[in-house]
Amino acid sequence: MNMPITPQKPAKKLSLKDNYNLLTRGLGWETSYQDMDKVFAQDKFEGIKIHDWDKWEDPFRLTMDAYWKYQGEKEKKLYAIVDAFQQNNGQFNVTDARYINTLKLFLTGVSPLEYQAHRGFAMVGRNFRGTSARIAAQMQAIDELRHAQTQAHTISHYNKFFSGLHDPTHMFDRVWYLSVPKSYFEDAMSAGPFEFITAISFSFEYVLTNLLFMPFMSGAAYNGDMATVTFGFSAQSDESRHMTLGLEVVKFILEQDPDNVPIVQKWLDKWFWRGYRLLTLVSMMMDYMLPKKVMSWAEAWEMYFEQNGGALFNDLARYGIRMPKYHEVASKEKHRLSHEAWATFYNFSHAAAFHTWVPEESEMKWLAEKYPTTFDSLYRPRFEHWREQQQKGERFSNGTLPMLCQVCQVPMFFTEPDDPTKICYRETTYRDEKFHFCSDGCKDIFGNEPEKYVQAWLPVHQIYQGNCFRPGTDPTAPGFEPLAEVLQYYGFHVGEDGGEYLGSLDARNWTQWTGKPAVAE
Amino acid sequence: MSVIALKPGYTGEMKDRVENFHGKQLLYIGWEDHLMYCAPMCIPIEGATPFGALIQAVIPSLYPAHPDTAKIDWNTVEWFRSGERFTPDPQQTLIANGLGHKANLRFRTPGLTGLKGSCS
Repeated sequence: MNMPITPQKPAKKLSLKDNYNLLTRGLGWETSYQDMDKVFAQDKFEGIKIHDWDKWEDPFRLTMDAYWKYQGEKEKKLYAIVDAFQQNNGQFNVTDARYINTLKLFLTGVSPLEYQAHRGFAMVGRNFRGTSARIAAQMQAIDELRHAQTQAHTISHYNKFFSGLHDPTHMFDRVWYLSVPKSYFEDAMSAGPFEFITAISFSFEYVLTNLLFMPFMSGAAYNGDMATVTFGFSAQSDESRHMTLGLEVVKFILEQDPDNVPIVQKWLDKWFWRGYRLLTLVSMMMDYMLPKKVMSWAEAWEMYFEQNGGALFNDLARYGIRMPKYHEVASKEKHRLSHEAWATFYNFSHAAAFHTWVPEESEMKWLAEKYPTTFDSLYRPRFEHWREQQQKGERFSNGTLPMLCQVCQVPMFFTEPDDPTKICYRETTYRDEKFHFCSDGCKDIFGNEPEKYVQAWLPVHQIYQGNCFRPGTDPTAPGFEPLAEVLQYYGFHVGEDGGEYLGSLDARNWTQWTGKPAVAE
Repeated sequence: MSVIALKPGYTGEMKDRVENFHGKQLLYIGWEDHLMYCAPMCIPIEGATPFGALIQAVIPSLYPAHPDTAKIDWNTVEWFRSGERFTPDPQQTLIANGLGHKANLRFRTPGLTGLKGSCS
């Protein structure tokens, strides 16, 4: 054929903005065979009113092709570094084996939350009727799954050398202190989609995440753990996207209808307090578990919450939003939180999957400097007494199970906001039964939705009900030891995973393999 | 509204009903001014236990390692039920003393304030 060839110009590539608009506006439709309210049955019962989903603006306008490209590049870099870390026996470059206990806490207490977040955002992505909101939730669901995976892959290398890292998902569903993060997230996931996204995207990712990620990642860097620093960096660009989304979500909801404001305020009050109670575990990590300390919990709280959080809530004041209730209680507690928490884990170290220890004299000096109004007067006598007992071969432990808060599930060790020597007791009666709380914050949360929290799976009560033994166990058999059986049910390697650090298998191996003392000088 | 739920009238299962504890009830015990044992204790106990047994056997066994335990003068101890001061009758049962399932019992030992007076 002799036709003249007129080559067709390929269509011009879409700009990112057009691409994003087609993805988030063009792909959705109004259903006609089924009522939209039946298709999206869960986005109205919480009382949130949305008039125009197109007002949802995703500040990153990320499209799927760009998303896969960015994430793929990050994965390649991460795994190259993790490989090099493993080949060079990087695990022996950390300060000392006490540091590994922060990884145990992270892997069993935080990584499972990444997976929970993956599930939660997948559910939210199904339940919003706005397309761009669904896309944003979908991407975050994939991010969170990636975080859970990269953390498991990175820390799995430590599992070859140290105890307590062998089965985080099994432990997460059973162990007493892990019911604190577990119940936190299940509370959010069993709420409606708007409460979930306010709780996780805003109250956690935006307001409090700096107090979780910063201490772990800077702590890793200070203590020579380059593998953890690397997965931290790999997750960080995702985190900044999540934080921005969190702020956008709350502004979108608030701008849609004035009736949304009091509902959102109630959620901010609740999820500030729940998130803050969860961070108790971080406070003791910062002040006690890092052999080389980054900053104190009190300093971190001042910088990341009182200053940054204060500015954020000033900005939200134009919507009629105020600071979360009981933020002043958190500030009063900042000089005691980590000490009370670490002392509690010292009490129950035999029932934990990580080690505890009395701080070295140099560390007590640091603690006294950082906490001049509380450490020497209230906590040093406790630690010195425990050190003396240990030197006599009578390492202290608490043989009785503690009373727990019905809402946050933390043992009731928190003290009165205005008196650090008195346990803070709060109680109420509902349907003729007594319920106990560690604070006004937790009591209010119960009071707003008692039917939810009467169902709490409190580890101590579950043990006494006989629900924490392996199948086939006979608790009436002669010589039955309930605590030993509970630890088996938890999946612990008893005698290796927890207990005192000095003299532990980890400490002995560390010295044998590295030639360095169990406690760095 | 007692819960925000999809289904109107939703109610939750009361997880810690007394019937779930195999004939016992829960009792929470806290020692004022003594925080070395970091939090109040939770114990399962029969409601028919005489209050006197708490003093003689149960409470001392919860705090074996505290140097103040042996120094307690039980005649001067102050008792609190859900934070309110009360005078228990040692001959009577826990239930007759108003200590039912999930009751909170606190005691103060005047003159004893923990390790070096630190309330530890």
